[in-house]
Amino acid sequence: MESQNEKRVPAVSMRNITKTFGSVVANDHVGLDIYRGEILALLGENGSGKTTLMNMLSGLYYPDEGQIFIDGSEVSIPNPRVALGMGIGMVHQHFKLVDVLTATENIVLGLKDKGRLDLDAAAVKIRKICTDYGFDIDPHRKIYDMSVSEKQTVEIIKVLYRGADILILDEPTAVLTPQETTRLFDIIRNMKSDGKAIIIITHKLQEVMHVSDRVAVLRKGAYIGDLVTKNTSIQEMTDMMVGHKVNLNIDRPDPVSPSPRIVVKDLTVTDKDGLVKLDHVSFTANSGEILGIAGISGSGQKELLEAIAGLQTVDSGSIEYIEDNGSHDQLIGKDPLAISNLGVSLSFVPEDRLGMGLVGNMDITDNMMLRSFRNGKTVFTDRKAPRKLAGHVVKKLGVVTPDLSTPVRKLSGGNVQKILVGREIASTPTVLLSAYAVRGLDINSAYLIYDLMNQQKEAGVSIVYVGEDLDVLLALCDRIVVLCGGSCNGILDARTTTKEEVGLRMTTKKEPASVGGSDE
Amino acid sequence: MSNSTRTQVREPFMHITKRTDVKLWQSWGARIIAIILALVVNGFFIDSVTGLNPVDVYKIMWTGTFESTYNFMTTLRDVAMLLCISLALAPAFKMRFWNIGAEGQVLMGALLSAVVMIYLGGKIPSSSLFIIMFIVSCAAGALWAAIPAYFRAKWKTNETLFTLMMNYVAIDIVDVCTNTWRGSKSSMGQINAHTKAGWFPKVLGYRFTISILIVLALAIIIELYLNHSKHGYELSVLGESEDTARYAGINVQKVIVRTMLMSGAICGIAGFITVAGTDMTVSSATARGFGFTAIIVTWLAGLKTPYMFGMSFLLIFLEKGASQISSAYSSLNDYSTQVITGIILFFILGSEFFVKYKLVRRKKETAKKGGDSK
Repeated sequence: MESQNEKRVPAVSMRNITKTFGSVVANDHVGLDIYRGEILALLGENGSGKTTLMNMLSGLYYPDEGQIFIDGSEVSIPNPRVALGMGIGMVHQHFKLVDVLTATENIVLGLKDKGRLDLDAAAVKIRKICTDYGFDIDPHRKIYDMSVSEKQTVEIIKVLYRGADILILDEPTAVLTPQETTRLFDIIRNMKSDGKAIIIITHKLQEVMHVSDRVAVLRKGAYIGDLVTKNTSIQEMTDMMVGHKVNLNIDRPDPVSPSPRIVVKDLTVTDKDGLVKLDHVSFTANSGEILGIAGISGSGQKELLEAIAGLQTVDSGSIEYIEDNGSHDQLIGKDPLAISNLGVSLSFVPEDRLGMGLVGNMDITDNMMLRSFRNGKTVFTDRKAPRKLAGHVVKKLGVVTPDLSTPVRKLSGGNVQKILVGREIASTPTVLLSAYAVRGLDINSAYLIYDLMNQQKEAGVSIVYVGEDLDVLLALCDRIVVLCGGSCNGILDARTTTKEEVGLRMTTKKEPASVGGSDE
Repeated sequence: MSNSTRTQVREPFMHITKRTDVKLWQSWGARIIAIILALVVNGFFIDSVTGLNPVDVYKIMWTGTFESTYNFMTTLRDVAMLLCISLALAPAFKMRFWNIGAEGQVLMGALLSAVVMIYLGGKIPSSSLFIIMFIVSCAAGALWAAIPAYFRAKWKTNETLFTLMMNYVAIDIVDVCTNTWRGSKSSMGQINAHTKAGWFPKVLGYRFTISILIVLALAIIIELYLNHSKHGYELSVLGESEDTARYAGINVQKVIVRTMLMSGAICGIAGFITVAGTDMTVSSATARGFGFTAIIVTWLAGLKTPYMFGMSFLLIFLEKGASQISSAYSSLNDYSTQVITGIILFFILGSEFFVKYKLVRRKKETAKKGGDSK
């Protein structure tokens, strides 16, 4: 620990904090100090208690035991309003904004100022915050017109507007492009030099190295220790988080005799409002190969995967599945049941895990039978096989759960994803579609997923991997399709291309024939 | 801006946390304490408002159900009717389809039972008469439920408003029919009063024994259907998320219409057993508002069949008890009996909070154990 910190009074000091949920100890006598003018990265695997700890600081949960000191004096934080009164503001992973209101209206919403509501004065104050810290936002824009990063900006301004000087950011970069992330970090550094204390929860260790001053590590609810960022390495942080040595290299076996499995030609999709989501996209996914899909979020990745899975109505184009014996099946116009009745074993790990891939209120066993409950001739469901599969997945992938009858929504994000991926792989697919398979996962779980993908690849499965971390896409995939505004902007060899090339193609259309100057 | 005023906040007296592994004796203990508390609070109410001895009032209340075999059997009869409708609503609610139209679906079933009794009674053997009554009332209830279900599946109309409005259409249709049939008489009276065609035979001395047995069988069927059948699984998935249902290859429109056909058909059965086992006639009051009460029963029971029986029994017990005391004491009118039953319900439902959650105080000093950053 730096010597200068010893003399200063921490902005926040948490002592012996314990929180249990039933029999699960989420935080076990955790102590944590945060100083002003410091960026602290809070690290830990999924379910290690980071968010629980921060929720207690921001007043969402109340600790069972322990004390919290703000600037040296003990406080009690029964609810978020009190937390804000003490200058503690948390920006959550999931935004809490009213779509039809403007940025200003959202920011002042819930404030109890005396007198008439003066939106113009509020807008002036917001503009001042923007220039102070380097935000770029129009206070009068409606939320539904905003991109994800702009919405996040509104959330951050919301807590700054309320006078927060202790900021907690829960996975702020999970939904941002690399460029947006850089901009966010500039702003965070500005806030730091303004004397604010900043805690950032993240799984992206490169970013931790980039932006933080100090790193605090939690493991299984217990405080492990802290490191000064400039004296540590990604390897050291990982080992501390996981508790043992971890190999950080992603394997990439060479494809063995790849042959076309899914042929997509001129696929065009428009949504309900008539917006073009996919514009004449063509590519081929081969067996025994991982095909990466890169693109800024919302560039048509969701529509592309759902079209292949039979969940998206398609305007024109063709998606053909080529069997091992060479016969072709058209997948367009078929729903998931019809596709599986064709004998196509297509697995799909959708982006929305609890809203599409799993049923949050059902237990692990019942979720295992989501795609196979029709098995068996009687009108009754057979839960024996799913229960066996559930036990197998839990054991093989190391799912942390009290038992098989726990509703999956009660599990942490990483464990939820393991259950989903485990089920989809268990059906011995020939095609595996995955959307943001490692989003929100800790490093250990993420590497487990990469390993599973590689095992499937070596078994001859054709894998389509939609990803957001370019480093991972370049290290894991064989070829990368870059989507830009719904059209295919090049198919690159992942072994030879560069991060810059992919990043450029994500934002700038290459074809000279397309509308000139659509750069951003 | 940065140094906003910091208010030192006092420690909250207690905070709420969720209980896990609640033992059976604990949950039932909480419920029994709740009932005792309710009786004590009611005692003060009765004593202060009327000056009566609360214990006497409770005794009278108890007799509403337990005074005689007849009272007990009629209580069971009403419980069966209420439970039957609750069973009908459970699959729809599990699918998150808000069927508020049970009242109308019951009435349509009852009406069609009556139509069969009037036009076929005495003309065909009674066994086939019952079968036709059963089928026709199922079909009528199912149709009444299927219309809003089809609109919802096809065009995403709001099922709550649609099913609610269908109730009033059904009430008016029944009124039109009964007014026509009664002609110049003041009421319809019992159908087939002389031939007793279409009346359930007496079993153990009561015609409605058969009604109770039918509902008992239905309860078992619904319990199995919801928890162990493929259909039941499909509708639970659909209730959680339509996207997940489509992902699982479930035909959303088909499941909505199929489930509502079943829900309506069971409501139709409730109409059938009321006409053939209890009322022997039909009127727009045949459903007795149970179509709405059942919504409360189903929801409070958390869609679980055994709890639905418990809730039905509690509500009917209170209703019988209330009518018993308001007829026994002139000083306890309908309004005060409603207060009494309201207080009992409040405490019993309130006890469920303490079964699920507990209030705890924060422990402050537990030093020693690590966690300090230095």
